[in-house]
Amino acid sequence: MSWQLLADDLFPQGHSITEKADFLSGTAQVDGEVVAIVGTTGHTPIGIEIALSQAQAILQTVRDHPGRAIVILVDTQGQRLRHRDEMLGINSYMAHLGKCIDLARREGHKIIGLVYDQALSGGFITSGLMADACYALPNATIRVMGLPAMARITKVPEERLVELAKSNPVFAPGPENYHRMGGVAEIWSGDLAARLAQALAAADGTDRRAAVGLQRGGRNWSQRVVDAVVSGSDVQPL
Amino acid sequence: MTSSYLEANARERIAQMLDAGSFEEFLPPSKRIVSPHLGQLDAPVSFDDGVVVGRGALNGAKVFAAAQEGGFMGGAVGEVHGAKLVGLLKRAVQEQAEGVILLLETGGVRLHEANAGLIAVSEVMRAVLDTRAAGIPVIVLVGGSNGCFGGMGIVARCANAIIMSEEGRLAMSGPEVIETANGVEEFDSRDRALVWRTTGGKHRYLLGDCHGIVADDTAAFREAVTQTLQGFKNNPTALSLQALEAEQAMLEQRIARFGDVADPLEIWQRLGIDKPQDIAMLEAAAFMSLAEPHRVKGQA
Repeated sequence: MSWQLLADDLFPQGHSITEKADFLSGTAQVDGEVVAIVGTTGHTPIGIEIALSQAQAILQTVRDHPGRAIVILVDTQGQRLRHRDEMLGINSYMAHLGKCIDLARREGHKIIGLVYDQALSGGFITSGLMADACYALPNATIRVMGLPAMARITKVPEERLVELAKSNPVFAPGPENYHRMGGVAEIWSGDLAARLAQALAAADGTDRRAAVGLQRGGRNWSQRVVDAVVSGSDVQPL
Repeated sequence: MTSSYLEANARERIAQMLDAGSFEEFLPPSKRIVSPHLGQLDAPVSFDDGVVVGRGALNGAKVFAAAQEGGFMGGAVGEVHGAKLVGLLKRAVQEQAEGVILLLETGGVRLHEANAGLIAVSEVMRAVLDTRAAGIPVIVLVGGSNGCFGGMGIVARCANAIIMSEEGRLAMSGPEVIETANGVEEFDSRDRALVWRTTGGKHRYLLGDCHGIVADDTAAFREAVTQTLQGFKNNPTALSLQALEAEQAMLEQRIARFGDVADPLEIWQRLGIDKPQDIAMLEAAAFMSLAEPHRVKGQA
């Protein structure tokens, strides 16, 4: 989906988003309030430069517009797979972006992520997955790795993976699987502007993904293991 | 007596890092909390899911610690493994620990349970930052043979400090992944010297991503952790706008200074090191003193 069409649907009250080398930034009107927009497009790989551009936009919002909500628009094929990025420490650039989002949250900014096209592994973990809550469009692609590549690495036949994926959300791609596991709060359809306004109203800084994954039955162990470690007791039965 | 950190397993490392006999493990192997996902793929399980977490003392100070076991699925993070790390960090906050020590050895997300692993790593990131926000320093150690890669390479850089041995490696995508995606001319994963120059502890230290280099010796790691924790006494541990703006500037300058370089040797040269080819041969202490006037001093 093109970001321009998405922006028209999401921000009927207007926006001033610009694209520069696959980096999106600007502001938009939501329910009469100004929100900051940060994101990527063109399925771009997240290399050190575009990670830094996003971080800069977040820091600028924290510095110059205290409390302004932030919407992160996610479309990436994952981290850039180049020697140069690794040599210069791409993990530090990714961590920096994640830390900037976390700082914004602690400074009172509400932060919503929206996967409107692709969200793959390393490109997703420090953007949408660091928001207060991350949402997705129904046709979004979300994954760590496709099943053919996973079959090669795990040495489990692809047909078997396809079969298992029908009932278990734990490794197969798709926003529904991330929804069941609590990583995606909701999958949006219909009036996107209304969905966004609701999401912003509901956003808070508590990470409830493990509890939601348990409620939805897609990630049954995480919350129970966290609780057992915190309370010093056994893992409670399902 | 010296004892190799590299050759020790997770339990040995944690026992040697903390005061003798002080470590109390949470959800120990006797509880048999294994991955619920590996069995369906006929993969072996481990009674600790590849990570040891618990509470102990370091020179009498109450610390919480985790150690990933590189011998089980390369230390990769699955649902239970990730949840143990999150639980440890939350309990450290609840019990007002004096520090959290994460002994990381991992290839990142466990592909057999990739979606759960990916979400878990982001939960660990947020839990690390919650811990820092509660005034508790989080220190990462990297010195295992599998290095610290993938999403956990990002987690490491969310901590207050990273201490590495020169054998330790810290990065995001492994050389094999990059070679598979973009060819051997992009990154020759069998060129061990190049892999070491690109991801190894000394390079990370010179760039400002790592805060101390020690010999491959558990006692040396322990001493470095002790000093680092001491340094955070009465000092802020939380993120701040000022610190992140400084980090933004450091990372921008890194691209401006070294963005056109093809090999880390040239970065070391530009940092002012006369004989960069000799770096590989230096012992930790000699390296630290040689590096001191040249290295970038980063923190956030």
